[in-house]
Order: sequence, then C-alpha cells, then structure tokens
Amino acid sequence: MSDQPLLAIEGLRVSYHIRSGLVPALDGADLTVHRGEVVALVGESGSGKSTVAHAIVGLLPANGQVEGGTIRLAGQQLTGLSERRLRGIRGVKVGLVPQDPTVSLNPVKRVGEQVAEVLRLHGLADRRKAALDAVDLLDAAGLPQPATRARQYPHELSGGMRQRALIAIAIAGRPKLIVADEPTSSLDVTVQRVILDHLESLTRQLGTALLLVTHDLAVAADRAGRIAVMSRGRIVEAGPAAELLSHPSTAYTRRLLASAPSLALRRGTATAAPRREPASAGERPLVSVSGLVKEFPLPRVGAGPHSVRAVDSVDLSIDRGQTLALVGESGSGKSTTGRLILRLTTPTAGTIVFNGAEVTHAKGAALRTLRRRAQMIYQNPYASLDPRFSVAEIITEPLRAFRDGDRASRRHRARELLDRVALPASTLHRRPAELSGGQRQRVAIARTLALSPDLVVCDEPVSALDVSVQAQVLELLAQLQADSDVAYLFISHDLAVVQQIAHRVAVMRAGRVVEVGTTADIFQRATHPYTRDLLAAIPGGRALPLAVERNPA
Amino acid sequence: MSLLDLTVEPVDPSLAQPEPDVPAARWYRQRRLARFFSRRPGLVLSVLVVVLVVLAAFRPSLFTARDPLLGIPADRFAPPGPHHWFGTDELGRDLFTRVVYGAELSLKATLIAVAVAFVVGGAIGLTAGFVGRWVEEGLMRLVDVLLAIPALFLSLALVTALGYGTVKVAVAVGVASVAVFARIMRADVLRVRTMAYVEAARSSGCRWYSILLRHVLPNAIGPVMVLATLDFGTAILAVSSLSFLGYGAAPPAPEWGTLISSGRNYLANAWWLSTLPGLAVAVTVLATNRIARALDGEWAKQR
Amino acid sequence: MRRYLLRRLGQAVAVLWAAYTATFLILDALPGDPVSAMAGAGLDQAPVDPTQLAALKKEYGFDKPLILQYVEYLGRAVRGDFGNSVATGRPVTATIAEALPQTLALTAAAAVLAVLFGTGLAVLATYPRHRFLRQLLMSLPGLGVSLPTFWIGLMLVQLLSFRVHLFPAFGNDGLRGLVLPAVTLAVPTGAQLAQVLAKSLSTTLDEPYIQTARAKGAGPLRVHIGHALRNAGLPALTMLGLVVGNLLAGSVVVESVFSRNGIGRATVGAVTVQDIPVVQGVVVLGATAFILANLVVDLIYPLLDPRIVVATDRRTPA
Repeated sequence: MSDQPLLAIEGLRVSYHIRSGLVPALDGADLTVHRGEVVALVGESGSGKSTVAHAIVGLLPANGQVEGGTIRLAGQQLTGLSERRLRGIRGVKVGLVPQDPTVSLNPVKRVGEQVAEVLRLHGLADRRKAALDAVDLLDAAGLPQPATRARQYPHELSGGMRQRALIAIAIAGRPKLIVADEPTSSLDVTVQRVILDHLESLTRQLGTALLLVTHDLAVAADRAGRIAVMSRGRIVEAGPAAELLSHPSTAYTRRLLASAPSLALRRGTATAAPRREPASAGERPLVSVSGLVKEFPLPRVGAGPHSVRAVDSVDLSIDRGQTLALVGESGSGKSTTGRLILRLTTPTAGTIVFNGAEVTHAKGAALRTLRRRAQMIYQNPYASLDPRFSVAEIITEPLRAFRDGDRASRRHRARELLDRVALPASTLHRRPAELSGGQRQRVAIARTLALSPDLVVCDEPVSALDVSVQAQVLELLAQLQADSDVAYLFISHDLAVVQQIAHRVAVMRAGRVVEVGTTADIFQRATHPYTRDLLAAIPGGRALPLAVERNPA
Repeated sequence: MSLLDLTVEPVDPSLAQPEPDVPAARWYRQRRLARFFSRRPGLVLSVLVVVLVVLAAFRPSLFTARDPLLGIPADRFAPPGPHHWFGTDELGRDLFTRVVYGAELSLKATLIAVAVAFVVGGAIGLTAGFVGRWVEEGLMRLVDVLLAIPALFLSLALVTALGYGTVKVAVAVGVASVAVFARIMRADVLRVRTMAYVEAARSSGCRWYSILLRHVLPNAIGPVMVLATLDFGTAILAVSSLSFLGYGAAPPAPEWGTLISSGRNYLANAWWLSTLPGLAVAVTVLATNRIARALDGEWAKQR
Repeated sequence: MRRYLLRRLGQAVAVLWAAYTATFLILDALPGDPVSAMAGAGLDQAPVDPTQLAALKKEYGFDKPLILQYVEYLGRAVRGDFGNSVATGRPVTATIAEALPQTLALTAAAAVLAVLFGTGLAVLATYPRHRFLRQLLMSLPGLGVSLPTFWIGLMLVQLLSFRVHLFPAFGNDGLRGLVLPAVTLAVPTGAQLAQVLAKSLSTTLDEPYIQTARAKGAGPLRVHIGHALRNAGLPALTMLGLVVGNLLAGSVVVESVFSRNGIGRATVGAVTVQDIPVVQGVVVLGATAFILANLVVDLIYPLLDPRIVVATDRRTPA
C-alpha cells in the first residue's frame, strides 16, 4: 500500500463551455504526488495548471466539465463522485490555498471564525474548542498574536497575514494533500519568500504532501522535489527537480528555463541585451530630479496625519540613451516617481529638469514639449489601450495630437512603427481585444515611439506577461534603445528582470531611494540591507546560488 | 480566474491567424449576429414588439381601418372576439383601435421624458465628472436634492406648476429621472477617467477636449445608453401613472394610461377595458427592459 | 458616534432646506398662482371681482416680490407651519397629520411584504441547480417591475373582490382592506429588490472567498446563506434606502385605485386644484422619509459590513 501514490491523475480531460462552444483546457493530463512530497506544477497562463488544481478539489467553475480520465486520492476515485461525498473530502483530505489572499477570505466574518468553520463543518470540534483550536492553527501558520488576529476581520490584516490565515484554513482538517494555487504571486517578493518557507516547513512537519501550482520555474526549483511542466493542457515533462533543471528533455522546458529571468540571473547567463556604452563624463543628464516630494491627502479620520508622503526627497538622474531601473515593492512610491517626472501629477516639492529645462511647474508650450519628448508604457496592456480604437488609431494618436503630418503619412508611419515592434501590418485594423497580452504591449511600445521621444517611462512593462513573452518584450526594448538612443526609466519590482536591461539601478523603499548604483554594483556589492533582502528574495537561490556570488567579477 | 487562464498567449509574436479579408469579416460578423439572436428568442420578440409599437405610433392605419374616436352604439360593451379583438367600450368604440392610436401619445410622451432625462442628466454628469472640484461638488449636491424627492412627488409638483397635458406630463417625468442619469454618467466618466488609456492619451500630448470627445465620452456613454433604454420602460410606466391619475391627455384622445383609467368604472362587467390596455403597457415595458438587458450584457462584454 | 449623528442630522437639514427651496422654485416661481387658478376654476359660476382677487392674493402673500415670499415661507416652514390649504383653508400640517397614519400603515405593510418576497425570491432564484428553474424564477422580478402599479391593483380588485369576493375593493376598513393595496404597492418594490439582490448574489457566489468556503467542505445552503447572503445584501440594503421614498409616493396611485384616504389621495386632490401649500408639504414629507430611511440604512451598514466604520464616510472604508 505504501508505494501507492497519494494523488494519481490519469488522462484527465476538462473542457469549458463558452458561448462559441467547448474549449478544451486539459487534454489528457497525468500527474502523481506521493505522500509527504512537494511537487511543483509549472506552466504559463492558459496551460491548464489552475484547472488541474480546481479539478482535484472538485471545484471547477460552473462552465467546466470533466470529460474523461481519473483522479484518485489515496486510492479513492474522485471523478464522478457526488457533491455530497466530495464535501466530505474537501478540507479534511485535500486543503486548498487559493491564489489571491486579499479576496479569498469572507470580508464580513472574523478570521478565527473562518478557520474554526473547517473544524465545525467536519465535526472535528465543538464550538468552543473550535474557536480555541483556530487560534492554535493561526499560530502554527505563523501569524503573530494569533488570539488577537482571530478576533479581527480580514481587511484589518495585511496580504501576507491573510495568506497565513488561509494556510491555517488549509491545514485545519489535517489533510494529506494541500493544493496551493499560485499562493504568493500577488504578494511582495520578500513576503513571498517568508510565506513559502513557512508553508514548506509546515507541510514537512505535518507530513502533508504539497502540490504547488506556479508560473515561476525558479520558485518551483527552490521548493519542489519533483517538477511537472504543463503546456496546452498536457504535462510535457515531469521529473526530479534537479534533473529537470539541469537536463530538460523537451524543447518547451528548455525555452521556459532560458526565459526565466531569475534562473538566468542565477546562472549568470542573463543575455544582457545590447547595451549602449555609458555616457561620457561631462555630458549633461537627460533628466535630473532633486528633492522630489509628493504628498497625497488622506481622508480625514479623526486624529492622525492629514497626508501621506508617497515620494520623499528623491534625487535621480537619467542619462541619454541609458536605462535607469527603479526597483521597489508595492507602495514604495516608484510608480508615483515615474508619473511625477512625466508631470502626470504635480510634485509637492522639489525640481525636475528635463533636457536642460526645468519642467517642475511647466505649463502650456513647455509642458507640451515635455509631452512630446517623454512617453510612458503601462503595466497592464489590457487597460492602457482604448478598447474602441483600432491599432492604427492608437499608434497614430500622438502624431494626431501634435498635428504631425497628414493622414496618409501617419498611416505610413504606423506601418513603419508596427514593423519596428515586430508586428505584421495586418495588425493595423485590429482592435486591442483581438490581440494577446504580448502583442498589446508591443502596440503600446509602438505608440510611445511615434514621436521618437528622448525618454520613455516603463511602469512594470512586462510583469503582466508570461515569461517567454517577457523575454521577447525586454529584448525589443533593448533593441529599440540601441537603435534610437532613447532613455528608459524602467520601473519594476523584479530585480531579475531589471538585471537584464538596466544600466543603473535605484532601490526605493517607503518613498525614499535607499541605494543607487550601476547594475553590477547593486548585484555584486549592495551595501543597504534592504537591497540585500531583495536580492536574497529572488527565487531560484536553492537550486542555483547567485552566479554573481559564486564568481564575483 | 480560470477564464483568464484560457486566453492562450501564442509564443510566436506574429499573429496566429492571417488577417481575414473584408467581405469574409463582414460575413463572419453577420453570422455571429444571427447566432446571437437565434439563441435569444425572447430578445427577437422584444425587438419585434418595439418595432410594432413604433409603427403603430407613426402609422396606426397599418393596423386598423377603424376610427379611434367613433363609436358604434349598437356594439357597446362587446367582449373581445374576432370582430373586435380587444372588445369595445361604453360608447361602442373599438378598444384595439384605441390602443393602437394610443401608442402615438404614449410613445411621444415617453420619448420626450427620456430625452429630457438623458440630455440634462447626461450633461450634468459629464460636466461634474470631467471638470471635478467645486463644479462637481455643486452639481452633485443639486443631484442629491433631486434624488431625495421621490420621483412621483417631483413629477406631481411639476405638473401642479406646469398644468395638464401629455407634453407637460412627459417633461415632469423626464425631470424626475435627471438625477439618476447624472449619477450614472458621472460615475462612468470617473471610471473611464482613471483608465490607463486616458492617461496614456494625456501623456502622449492629447488636449483635454480631444480626450473628452475621443476617449472619455465614447467609453462612458455605454452604461448611460443602457440606462436610457431601461428608463424608457420606467417612463412609460410613470407617464401612464400620471395619465391614470388624470393629468395626461384630455379624455376623448386615446392614451394608454387614460384608457386603463376610464375602464376602471366597468371592472365588474367589462374586464377587457382595463386589462387589455394594461397588458399593452406591460408588454412594451417588458420588451424594452429585455433589450436593455441585452445591451447591458453587450457593453459589459466589450469593456 | 454622537458627532457622527449630529453631522448626519446637519446634512439632513441641509437637504431638506434644499428640497424645500427646489419645490418653492418649481411651484411658486413658475407662472400662474393658485389664487388666479381658483378664480379661473370658478369662472363659469360668477365673474370674479378684481379687487377681491387682489385681496385674496394679498392674504396669501402672492403680491410680494418672490424673494420676500420665499424668506417668509421658509421662516414659517422652519417653525412647522407650511401655511393653509388654498382649497380647504385648513393648515397643511393638520391635513397631512390626519392623512398620515393610514398611509404609514399601508407603506409599512408594503415594505414588509416587499422585503420578504424580494429576499425570498432572490434566494430561491439563485439557489436551485436546475438551470431552467433558476431562469424561470429569475424572470419573475423582471415581470414585476414591468407592470403598471395601478393596473396590478385593478386586476387584483377584479379577481379577488369582484369575482371571488375575498377582499373589499374600496375603502379603509381594517386589516382585510389593507391586504390588496399593500400587495399592489409591494410588487414593484419587491421586484426591484429581488432584481438587485439576485444579481448581487450571483456575483458574490463567484467571489474567491466562496471558493475558499467550498474548499473547506461547506454545503450549498451554508455557502448561500452563511457566506454569500450577508455580503450580497449590502447593495440591496442601499437600494432599499433609496426606494422607501418611492413607496410613499406610490401611495398616490394605490390610494386612488382603492379609494383609500391618506396622503396619496390628499396629494391627488391638491394637484388637481393647484393647492400649492399642500403639494409643498407633501414633497417635503417625501424628502424627509427618504432622508430618514437613508440615515437608518447608514446606521445598519456597519453592523453588516465590518469594513465600514461609523464616523467615517461610507465611501472610504477604513
């Protein structure tokens, strides 16, 4: 009996009913998880990895349907089981750690109550004991002051604390298997690492098997004994982590490995995109910012501060044709800094000099000159393109705004720009909804290039994209810089990505720049403890220690 | 979440499918539209009802050859039958003819009401949402006050001031929904204004009027159009309520609310006199509401 | 808490003042004054003496400049005096106070029915696993909001009073007389409530925290009632606050259909003879009802949703 796998999925086929018919999501997926083991299920968006996770707990969306194959948990067949029987399995045989902790707890119930509910549902404890056990479980999940937290509501807890509460819910029924569906993707990197560490040690301690669903191969490499790689509804490759990482047998895995920025960084093979030589000394920087402050008013709630400082005396400079990366976690003020430099919002204090002219309070013609010379690329290519416009209209909008050329010449220019971002001319008449995320981001890039600007502020331009698409977009950005001498302010939370593109890096925390230096300096000789924390949090460290650490240049 | 999972990202940057040539695209669109309607028989029926009502309003003679005002005394209180589809009233006038001719006044009143609400409310909401600051404060406080007065009371106050008649009733009904339109319009302008593509337009140098006309208005108008369709039904009901109370068209003229009202005296012996015009109102309102729901879904999908 | 209440009370007074001003502008600033209208109404009986008309105008204050009229009226209204009815000569406040109990009974009964039926229907319409049954139940609220209120009343009278003689068709007598009017008034509100709640329930049921609850092993009833309903109820509660005023206004139509005495009928009478003081009083009453209902809703809100703390604005969850 002991060699029987805990979870055995064979030939699983799942389809979703949508308006235009059936869309297959899983096309014969096979997966096994043994007792007490950590298995990572890795794939890009659309690969079907979340569908696997949901199928195991029998919680496919209403339009999802198992078409074939089997799921066995400890020998018991789960597919085709009645809803009533499945209810006896969820929570006690399989626990689920969901994707986004900020929306996965019931906002109107106390945290402790929500943990206790598992125990009450399965008759594991009476009301009073369940409440006490819930506090113990929160404690086990690593939540400080568990008794206080249990009495609080979800909105009073941070994202990381909520994820711990959800872990407490998942382990409450002592299940033999925990399915964690991208458990930390929405959290900051430093929090991510702590949560994953805890989840790992907790499952080991309890002897629970963990199926970790993730898009991040580096996370998988760090955590899992075995890795299964998914693509288009199938497991394309599975095996022990070390083996799979060092000798991938399929082209897909190889490509995934090659494009994972953090692994590339660790391996020291980060294909540094073509980079222009650093500016010669004495050349005036394109942008220089000093003492920049931005305060946002707070809603007035009794006593307490009336405003919050999102950006706090920031000094920066960006050279022509160079990339300055602005790195920080959510709420560090990095996006606000970018918007301040573009004058999309007005600073509370400080000065911004662009191209030798002060633009801090520029109006009218001066501001329009800035608009012409500096552009922006947004994080979410789904939101930054007007859904009603065709690609041609989107790309030529800046030209139109500056009355640049006539209709025919603009059209011609649009074709040219599409060509530069490697999209076919047929894209011109399409609307954003018809394009994939990567294609949309290319369109957004083409728009920023229309006026041949000196500066482009890129606000997390690749974080909404899959890794393989990410690599392509980064390459494109670097290529364009080499061709046109544009400077980038590259805003990102991901140091691994930054390493591939930046000449210099500025690290922000709580509105302040804590460290600035060349990319090599930051990655090899970081002095600020926070920068070191961020570097240590880059996943993939256990599988591959940081290349730059191994052989310092 | 899992639906998002389904948007497959082709790894190749070149497009997955070749560009369809234009006639093929049109054919495809037509086929999709046909399939959309064939799966929604209720919607098709609703569109048909609205078309019939509009036709009746403009060309009542298409439906009946009789005179709505001329009664045949011998035919008084004839129940519905093959000769008089909806029966006849106390003067022997054909009720079906009167309902058909009633569409004109009812539709006219409804259109005026919706237009007043849409134009005035939309303008207030757009200005408030786009200009912001004290303009928004002031306009929205005004809207709050309008909203605090129950719609029917507000209409009645206006009727008291303006006097009786179809047009006046229509204006009174329209003013009573101005607040709702203003709120929705403002909310959507605010929603669209925070969209990244609006900021992108701003950062690429578009001036405020071109942002307003090219980006904000087209993207914000959707929910307001849905509301207008929905308000069509509300306005039909409100106008007919006011004419039921006796403030609408003067008696011999047929108007749906008046027809129902005049039939109430004969509830016990001629059930059809109130019932059938009421059904006409209900069917029309149901149809416009169904269309509004379809529009709502479409807009929601497009966003 | 007390400061919050005081602030809300201040807001309420401001809205009431603005509502009064709005009705003043509509009713008194527009051309045509009630005295002339009354005189006009009496035209076919006897020609009106111009001096007598002037005297009447003076008595009601219509000869003064508008702004003075406004100040004077407002001053009186603050003291609870809305003037005298032009038609009957009796104080407006007395007229309203007399009619109010009947209408309050009607609207209260209708509100209770609407909440019961609306909630019940919404829960039923989102619960069954059968698609067909769900769609059938889901279509009922849409039907309810499409029917003219007065027509529902007439149909009920026709069926339950004339055919079956179950309930009286007209009048104010007792509980039996209240049934049909209350049901009539409850239909549109209940249907509206059901629409909002059903929609909100079905979006709530797609929330990730519902999946968390199901992953714990919770059954459908527990998920529906224990987890979804309280979250889904918030928009419905907001809506309820907004339509309470309409319930009061709906009494105009319902009381006319059933020939019941109350605010509604008084209003119809006042509008017909352009009795401006009475109409003004009724409008202010409607606004008061709306404001009170919303105050109550705002006080209930934090009890249902811990994210909202009293003493802050609802729009900024702490």
